[in-house]
Amino acid sequence: MVTSTDSLSEAQLLDVKGLKVHFPVKEGVFSRAKKFCKAVDGVDLRIGPGETYGLVGESGCGKSTLGKAICRLLKPTQGEINFLDQEIGNLSRAAMRPLRRDMQIVFQDPAESLNSRHTVREILEEPFIIQKIGDQAFRNAKVEELLDKVGLESKAADRYPFEFSGGQRQRIGIARAIALEPKLIICDEPVSALDVSVQSQILNLLMDLQKEMGVSYLFIAHDLAVVRVISDRIGVMYLGKLVEEAPGDELFNNPVHEYTKALLSAIPTPDPSRKRERIVLRGDVPSPIDPPPGCAFARRSPIEVSEEIASQDGRYQEVSPGHWVELHPATVADYDTYANR
Amino acid sequence: MDGSEPLLSVEDLTTAFDTDAGRVTAVDGVSFDLAAGSTLGIVGESGCGKSVTAMSIMSLLPRPAGKVLSGSVLFEGEDLIQASDERMQAIRGNEIGMIFQEPMTALNPVHKVGRQIAESISIHEGLNKKNALDRAVEILKMVGIPAPEVRVDEYPHQLSGGMRQRVVIAIALACRPKLVIADEPTTALDVTVQAQILELLQSLQKELGMAVIMITHDLGVIAETCSDVVVMYAGRVAERGSVTQIFDNPQHLYTVGLLNSIPRLDSPRKQRLNTIDGHVPGLMEMPVGARFAPRSPHPRIGEYLNSASFKEQRPGMIEVEAGHWVEDCSYVRVD
Repeated sequence: MVTSTDSLSEAQLLDVKGLKVHFPVKEGVFSRAKKFCKAVDGVDLRIGPGETYGLVGESGCGKSTLGKAICRLLKPTQGEINFLDQEIGNLSRAAMRPLRRDMQIVFQDPAESLNSRHTVREILEEPFIIQKIGDQAFRNAKVEELLDKVGLESKAADRYPFEFSGGQRQRIGIARAIALEPKLIICDEPVSALDVSVQSQILNLLMDLQKEMGVSYLFIAHDLAVVRVISDRIGVMYLGKLVEEAPGDELFNNPVHEYTKALLSAIPTPDPSRKRERIVLRGDVPSPIDPPPGCAFARRSPIEVSEEIASQDGRYQEVSPGHWVELHPATVADYDTYANR
Repeated sequence: MDGSEPLLSVEDLTTAFDTDAGRVTAVDGVSFDLAAGSTLGIVGESGCGKSVTAMSIMSLLPRPAGKVLSGSVLFEGEDLIQASDERMQAIRGNEIGMIFQEPMTALNPVHKVGRQIAESISIHEGLNKKNALDRAVEILKMVGIPAPEVRVDEYPHQLSGGMRQRVVIAIALACRPKLVIADEPTTALDVTVQAQILELLQSLQKELGMAVIMITHDLGVIAETCSDVVVMYAGRVAERGSVTQIFDNPQHLYTVGLLNSIPRLDSPRKQRLNTIDGHVPGLMEMPVGARFAPRSPHPRIGEYLNSASFKEQRPGMIEVEAGHWVEDCSYVRVD
C-alpha cells in the first residue's frame, strides 16, 4: 500500500508492514505444537509525528497483541516494524534498550503495571537510571516536574501506588511513560478501568501532553466514543486484521465495512429520545486458532454469501483518500462499485 | 407512581459494614419505588453504593460484616429486611431473579449448563429431574442459544462470554420472577454482544411482564433500556425521576457533570472534555451535608462548605416536578 511516490512515507514515525504474531498452541503435555493462534495476521499501519492513531476492536481481535509487538514486548512472527527509520522487528532486548527512550507504553491497570514496593519517586526515577541520565539532583527535579505535568502534588513522590485512586495511579503510569520524552506512547486501554468522570480527566491529560510535547499515540481501546475523541485516524481490527481505517470522523460518517457499521450501531447512546437501527451480527467471533479460510467476517456478515465466496480472501483497498477497507463481497454492500474503481 | 401500589418500595435504606477501621455506611437513606413491569436504572460510579443497595434488597450482604441498619424493602407489601432466611431463599430465584456482571463466577464450572438451570427449576417448582431438564432446554431456546439440546450437556467453559451470560439470564428467568435485578449485566461483554444481551433482556421482559432493576455505570445502557432512573452518589440518591427527566432536564450538578463528561459520538474531536473536579470522598470521611458539595461547581459553594448546615444537616429530597426528586440543597442543584 505504500508506493515510492507516497509523499507521506518519509514523515512516518512508525511504519508497520505485514505484521504477524502467531502463538503456538499446545494440545497436550507431550505433544508438539501443531496449531497456531493467529492473534495478529498481517497488519499494515503507520503513525506520523504528533499523531494519534486509534485502534478499536472487540476482545480477542488482537489489538493488544499488536501494541505489544510494536513496542517489542513480544516478538513478531513475520513482517516489518520500522520505527525512526530503523527496522526493530528483529532487535534483541539489549539492542532495543536505547530505543525505549523513544517508545513507551501505558497499560490498562496501573495497579498491576506499577511496582507496589516502590515509591512514586523510585518508579519515576527508574527510566533515568536505566538510561544513565543525570545525577540524583537532576532526577529529583525531574520527578517534581513530571508530577506537576500529570497534575499530582509533589508530596506524592514519597508515597506508594496503593495509596492512590485508580485515576491517580493512571497519572503515575503516564508520568513514567513521558519521563524520557518519548516520540511514541502505546496506550493500551488506558481509561477502560476508570469511572466516567475520571476517564475524561485522563483523556484531557493525554491530549494536553500531546499538544505540549508533540508525542504520538497508538491508542488502543474497545470504546469507539472514547477513541473518536482523541484520535486523528482510526483503525478497526477484527480477528487479527485491520478491516477498515479512516481519518477523523470519516469512519463514523461513512463506515463502509459491515463490521464497522455493526460496531457503531451497537454503542448505547446516552440519549433516551434517540432510537437507532441496530445491526445484529450472526453468531460469535470465530476462534483465532485455525480461523476459517478466506474472509474472517463473511460468515457473520448481514450480507450472506456462499461458502465458496466466503473462503476467498478480501483485499485491503483505498476507497477514498486515506480511507482503507477490506473489500470482499460479504464485507461491503456496494462491492461492485468499489471493486471496479 | 400513579397511586397504584408499587411492586417494590425501598424506604430510607441504610446499610453499613463493620471493618477493622470502624463502621462505614455504604448506603445512606436510599428510597425509591418500582412499578410492576417497569425498568429502573441505578447509575453511579464505583463505590456509590449501587451494588450494596441490590445486595441489601436480596439479603445477600456478606455476613457478619454487612448489616442493614434501618429502612424497609417492601416487595408486594412484604418487608424483605424482616423476612427469615428460609423465606428469602424462597423469594430469591422464585420471585426475584438475579443477573451478575461476571457470568463465569455466577456459574458453577464443574456442572453442566442444563443441570444448573434444572436445579433452580426443581428447587422452586418441584418438577422431577427429567421434566426440569426439558424445561431447561426450552429456556435455553428462549434466551437464543442455538442447538439448546446440545448445549445443556456442555460446561460453562465451553461457551463464549455472551452465551454464558445468556445462561445466567436463563437461570434468573427459569421460574418467571416478577422482578429481576441485573448488576452490570453487560459490563464484561463486548459492545456487539452487549447489544444482543440488552435486546434479549428487553424482549423477555415484555414477554414475561417482569420488572427489572438495571444497575450500571453506563449512561448509554440506562438511556436505552430504562423508564426510570436513580442517580447515586457516595451512598445517597442525588436525583431520581423518569429517564427523560434525568437526561433532558437534570437538576443535580452531579448528574449534569456526569452527562457532560462522557465522550459522545457527536462531541467535538481532539478537544478537552468536561470533567468533574476532585474525587469521591472516602467512606470514612463522608460529610454529613450534601456529599457532592466539595466538588460542586456552584459559584457560592464556599459559603456552604463553611456553614454549620454542611457539617450538621443532612439534606432531604425535594420534588421539582411530578416524580422528579432531587437532593434538597441549592448548592448542588442547577440554579
